Amino acid sequence: MRRFLEGPYAGVLALAILVAVLPLALPSLFYLRIAALIGIFALVVVGLNLLIGYAGQVSLGHAGFFGVGAYAVAIGPTYLGLPAWLALIAGAAIAGLIAFLVGRPILRLRGHYLAVATLGMGLLFAMVFANESAWTGGPDGMPVPHLDLFGFRMSGARTWYWISGVSLVIGAWVAANVIASPTGRALRAIHDSETAAQVLGIDVARYKLIAFVLSAVYAAVAGAYLAMFDGLVTPETAGFLRSIEFVTMAVLGGLGSTFGGIVGAALLVLLPQVLTVFQDYEHIALGLIMIVVMIFLPAGIVPSLAGLLRWRRS
Amino acid sequence: MAEFLQFAFSGLTVGAIYALVALGFTLIYNASGVINFAQGEFVMLGGMVTVFTHAAGVPLPLAALIALVVAIIVGLALYRLAIEPARGASPVTLIIITIGASILLRGGASLTFDKSFHSLPPFAGSKPLMIGGAALLPQSLIVLAGAGAIVIALWYFLTRTLSGKAILATAANRLAARLVGINTNAVVGLSFGVSAAIGALGGILMTPITLTSYDSGTLLALKGFAAAMLGSMGNPLGAVVGGLTVGLLEAFSAGYISSSYKDAVAFLVILGVLFLMPQGLFGRGGMERV
Repeated sequence: MRRFLEGPYAGVLALAILVAVLPLALPSLFYLRIAALIGIFALVVVGLNLLIGYAGQVSLGHAGFFGVGAYAVAIGPTYLGLPAWLALIAGAAIAGLIAFLVGRPILRLRGHYLAVATLGMGLLFAMVFANESAWTGGPDGMPVPHLDLFGFRMSGARTWYWISGVSLVIGAWVAANVIASPTGRALRAIHDSETAAQVLGIDVARYKLIAFVLSAVYAAVAGAYLAMFDGLVTPETAGFLRSIEFVTMAVLGGLGSTFGGIVGAALLVLLPQVLTVFQDYEHIALGLIMIVVMIFLPAGIVPSLAGLLRWRRS
Repeated sequence: MAEFLQFAFSGLTVGAIYALVALGFTLIYNASGVINFAQGEFVMLGGMVTVFTHAAGVPLPLAALIALVVAIIVGLALYRLAIEPARGASPVTLIIITIGASILLRGGASLTFDKSFHSLPPFAGSKPLMIGGAALLPQSLIVLAGAGAIVIALWYFLTRTLSGKAILATAANRLAARLVGINTNAVVGLSFGVSAAIGALGGILMTPITLTSYDSGTLLALKGFAAAMLGSMGNPLGAVVGGLTVGLLEAFSAGYISSSYKDAVAFLVILGVLFLMPQGLFGRGGMERV
């Protein structure tokens, strides 16, 4: 029992229970809608956490993959006659393939050089989405058809809450598996020191690539969900600010902690909703909160608080 | 030929501004290891404060001076209130702090000023000079001369004055600098002040050409960061070369290829350079201590 509680799967179980119980506590569809959004963004962050939190590789371009998923479910059904679910799978596969092809050369770069290269990659995606208006509707974006599964139409906040919630649990479970496997250990070794990992015989390039491709697929699936949920996709979906938002969610919540990623996503989805009461002061408040949290909880909300709790107890 | 010159002029003008932003990144990075994503906001502050104090009836040179002082105060406050308290945090945590600061400053600017675009009258008239069939605005010349003067002044400051040498020493080895009696905290604060001043000057110089608004800093920070990385982060000469290169690439690809893909060409070149030279144009192979 104790071993299970300290292992990676206890968190996944707790998450599953939370997802199952939360709708009972939410008073209206409005809150359910926000919870669905949190689930979608958390899915991206859980994937990104594998790359940033475990492998230690910062990407400023993951909104590009998010956009690939989103535009796949827009373009596939509209122009190619694909069913939406197939377009979703195709989008995730394309994002994974792109990550695989781009990852080899890009992941040779270290630290901030990797950050600027991924940033450039993300911008290229966003520019293609904004400029190829024959396919993407240009800067105004394009409508996204509904998802039909087994003859049922997937729409509305309640349906999407369950889709995103269940996907998040599955995503967290897969991530927990990766982290507990030899791959996870290799990624952590790379995080601590690439050179040392190499000396130990770890194929650094291969493991970094695995994390990169996985995180891209997570982002693409979440992007497809958001597009189908909103019924609309615009180039901002893949923009630079989105990429920054993803990284901020991961860091605020706590790198290297799946729960941290979910808390970070919840915070950045909820804050703008809550802060609207401050109207014009909204951005000032958001910036201040980011700074203060990072100063007082430098390892991120969840790991810092957990550390504090442990320190208190001993 | 006239067309080529025209593109070169506009590329150099924009590139000079990118170079100044990249220099700001470089200075702070050297002194503290922080990538300051709020660097673009200093440029925005320089432009916006000048516009609004000038509109309130203050003569232009005085308005520019006030903007410069405001930016320096903001830069020092950013260091004192947000960066110094987080000392010892990981680089990515510090980056998120500067991103938070940039959101905060943008919010503050939209509140204190407004959300529309603003311009300043050109400093030396608007009658273009004709060179080889291409039109060169006097303001472009001022931007280039101003940026050149800033670079030379910075070079003089870094290599010929005691405070400047203290910055270089801290950049080279923080611990050793402290051992020889350099107050490294003050040095990092100084680098934030100087970076803010450089950014604000860039903002003041460019506003008559490119307009300014509360959110004009984001794109500049992005381009300046890319330029600094292209020329190897931490290398002042690289920052200048990187900035001019990005500016020229943009102008030529906008002119000869397509204006909607001008940024694409610039970033494709950056990606290409990094694949061939993973440390940037002026980088030396780094060592990692295990």
